[in-house]
Amino acid sequence: MFQHKHFQVIAAFSVGLIFSLGLGISGMTQPQKVIGFLQLGEGWDPSLMFVMMGAIPVHALVYYFVRGKKTPLFDSKWHVPTSREITKPLVIGSALFGFGWALGGFCPGPALTSAGAGAPSAVIFVIFMFVGMILRRVYQRFSKS
Amino acid sequence: MMQSILMALAGGALIGVAASLMLLFNGRVTGISGITNGLLSYVKGDYLWRFAFVLGLILGGVVLGATHPEMFVNTTNRTSVMVAIAGVIVGFGTVLGSGCTSGHGVCGISRLSPRSLIATGVFMVVGMLAATVLKFVIGA
Repeated sequence: MFQHKHFQVIAAFSVGLIFSLGLGISGMTQPQKVIGFLQLGEGWDPSLMFVMMGAIPVHALVYYFVRGKKTPLFDSKWHVPTSREITKPLVIGSALFGFGWALGGFCPGPALTSAGAGAPSAVIFVIFMFVGMILRRVYQRFSKS
Repeated sequence: MMQSILMALAGGALIGVAASLMLLFNGRVTGISGITNGLLSYVKGDYLWRFAFVLGLILGGVVLGATHPEMFVNTTNRTSVMVAIAGVIVGFGTVLGSGCTSGHGVCGISRLSPRSLIATGVFMVVGMLAATVLKFVIGA
């Protein structure tokens, strides 16, 4: 019999596909657009600001419609983060991300989609992104002991 | 420029739809760094959906790459070494900061999460400062 977890996998796969289409159409998979947006001054390219302006109203509307429901469709509980605490790791991690984003011109989603498209720089970025994630685990283990 | 803006809006709306379906169906935030990081350790019942999402994200790229190669042209002056260093920093930073452009920038801001508002403010400001300074250091 089909169970919730099977539908979850199908839903997640479909969301991944639609998300990648959005990334490609929006221009997020073109590092020169990302850098052109982050680089202030003459020749500033504001277009990527409109990606958030397209995404947030749609998602905010659905969120406020959905949040009163008891459960999502394919699960018995919600998994939306509820923490409100501003911590040092949050700020330092986000600052590091901002720097890496400007240095490479990729954030994680567009890098994965572009790697799928065979863009060599994205393949390099994704491989080393996993290295960074593993380093974070190693660092966490050392800082605990 | 006008066409770029319209494409950004349309693509953004599609990203909003995708994140909304994830919420509605699976009750989850579409945080790409977090979902991807979860692939590095197997947790029973919390793995296959992550794999399926990332597979969809990559397969979408395979299809788009074949039909619209212009979407994946990289004309920046970033060398492979710079991109590799950026990858390490982004991997480390997004996990430390519990999110990236999707989880904090789209999902978190949509529900006015204070953590995501701060995180997005920080990575946008630092990203803009870094890109603007790099223009003088490496010429673009």
